Amino acid sequence: MSTFLGMPALPVYGTGNLHAAESFPKAAHRELGNAQLRANLGHATHTIRDKRLQVVSELPDWEQLRDAGSAIKESVMARLPELLEQFEANFTARGGVIHWARDADEANQVVAGLIRDTGETEVVKVKSMATQEIGLNEYLEEQGIAAYETDLAELIVQLDHDKPSHILVPAIHKNRSQVRDIFLREMEGVDPELTDEPARLAAAARAHLRRKFLTAKVAVSGANFALADSGTLAVVESEGNGRMCLTLPETLITVMGVEKLLPTWQDLEVFMQLLPRSSTGERMNPYTSLWTGVTEGDGPRNVHLVLLDNGRSAALADEMGRSALHCIRCSACMNVCPVYERTGGHAYGSTYPGPIGAILSPLMTGIQAEENSSLPYASSLCGACYDACPVKINIPDILVHLRSVDVDSKRGTKKIPTQMDVGMKAASWALSSGKRLGLLEKGLPLGRLAAGPDKKITKLPGIAAGWTQSRDIPAPPAQSFRDWWAKEKDGRK
Amino acid sequence: MSAREDILGRIRAALQDSPEVPEIPREYRAESGMDQDALVHLLVDRLVDYKAQVSVVDAAGVPARVAELLAEARSFVVPAGLDAGWLAGLDGGPGAGRLRPDSAAAPLSVAELDSTDAVVTGSAVAVAETGTIILDGSPNQGRRAITLVPDHHICVVQVADIAGILPEALRRIDGTRPLTMISGPSATSDIELERVEGVHGPRRLDVIIAR
Ligand code: SF4
Repeated sequence: MSTFLGMPALPVYGTGNLHAAESFPKAAHRELGNAQLRANLGHATHTIRDKRLQVVSELPDWEQLRDAGSAIKESVMARLPELLEQFEANFTARGGVIHWARDADEANQVVAGLIRDTGETEVVKVKSMATQEIGLNEYLEEQGIAAYETDLAELIVQLDHDKPSHILVPAIHKNRSQVRDIFLREMEGVDPELTDEPARLAAAARAHLRRKFLTAKVAVSGANFALADSGTLAVVESEGNGRMCLTLPETLITVMGVEKLLPTWQDLEVFMQLLPRSSTGERMNPYTSLWTGVTEGDGPRNVHLVLLDNGRSAALADEMGRSALHCIRCSACMNVCPVYERTGGHAYGSTYPGPIGAILSPLMTGIQAEENSSLPYASSLCGACYDACPVKINIPDILVHLRSVDVDSKRGTKKIPTQMDVGMKAASWALSSGKRLGLLEKGLPLGRLAAGPDKKITKLPGIAAGWTQSRDIPAPPAQSFRDWWAKEKDGRK
Repeated sequence: MSAREDILGRIRAALQDSPEVPEIPREYRAESGMDQDALVHLLVDRLVDYKAQVSVVDAAGVPARVAELLAEARSFVVPAGLDAGWLAGLDGGPGAGRLRPDSAAAPLSVAELDSTDAVVTGSAVAVAETGTIILDGSPNQGRRAITLVPDHHICVVQVADIAGILPEALRRIDGTRPLTMISGPSATSDIELERVEGVHGPRRLDVIIAR
């Protein structure tokens, strides 16, 4: 292993679908107005949450598994260059081909080039966060290559020209009748009598994709794990669409973030216990496929892997934040997050929503990235995500850390004091003396005038508008506590 | 500089604080300590929970059960290395014209697999606690495609191959083989989280546990 000798490089940030198009407060405001979304989401997250708790409580050694999972990931990050080289040597020795991609653009170009080499213009796709992150489908479309999503939820989202809102169940924001309407509208040759029964809808998707699976020459996938000591890749799924894509085509192209490595085959026993229970609340997912390079006579003859940086090295450079890279994308944190439950995944903008997205996206893009700088504030810091995370990522601590990085990065860049600065100065003046506070509180009844007859203030001016943008606050009481106490005390005397 | 060198360089630069490589605490269970009856009982329970059909038979009862399950199938595929005795219960000798053998050397086409009703295979290891069956591409399990495309998978699990928990099972497996782990038939929960069995993989999974 060569050691690093050059100048310490500045972190190089990621590109692609990691940036929000608008700030979280703005997007959240809009999404909060969508009652249907909130109802669907609330139902879904609570259902998974309950199932998860039940199957987790079945395992007597759940905490020990979490400890092992957390330590394994920590050691992966510490040994990443060495493990990547080991993985590469093993995967290559068995006929696989490795490509490296610095960012989203480069990864897209590599994949498109590989597809072009096969002469094909259609590919089938297994759901993958990495290809979502780099915006592969859109890029391929521009290149005249059609990419068909084969996971049922991804198919629903793709047919509806929508975006995924959850990393595990991307169409969680749609209910059955919405799905039926999408199928009737967008699916060629679908039975016009299609009902909204989930079994009927799944059967329609099966029929729709069958021919594609059986004739596709090229497939694109992600990977859940890569084992360095054997050069093995693993994909975890339920429907069999993964198996179809991974075994039937001649060419398989996998895109994977560099952080997905595990050092040894033995480590798989830890993660295959943590992942299914944390994500879908099942003891085990229906299908897991593992492959090591090319196997003669079984499966694809051309097997490629694109190893993706795209801001991961930048996240790794943040000593406090690097454990965000331990994430195994189980989605447990979003299912317990009170903020996610109300806003849904779209509000986070990036491919990675919820609590993990609120730290991972700004770590990968740099907190200076305008719209992502609001993400670390999209949390109540209640800590539920930390408790739920199977690899014990301390999300609340990293959120607080990133907030301070954000504040530091803005310090010195603004000459004019912001409203926040003014407000804080005023608050410190008022709170430093009881008399001053008492004086200010005399103004409370004024607030009642600001509130309408429904006793709610729906709009505050200036910086405080952020607070009332997505919630109402009750009108202040007619008198302050101090006044009330003073009278009460006098009355008792 | 190549992308490879560039990325490895960035990663090394990111790790200039030389973070410690922690000891991995492996205090989680490595053995279940279950006896054979408990293993069978638990595996049946978990498979049924996943909507797989299960029957537990004596080794001698396998051919009759296989024949029974194949009664409706117009055709079925078997890997070349399947125990021929398991097919002995079929009328008029093995397969009686319905059998389609498959091997890496003489593979059926995808279209042929698609027009086949069922597949019969053995298995490498099963995990009782999670209801998981692992196929490793051995001659009695065949190529991955044959257990994927036909709609009905009949899978024979030998009692000796049942492990209690995942760590025990993975220890018995060579990780570099093409592996498929199956827990119940194909399923989705993507529409309102209502579980539907059978999407793209086999919609029926029959497990025969042979004592
Ligand atoms: S941060 Fe933890 S809980 Fe959230 S998706 Fe990643 S692994 Fe799961």
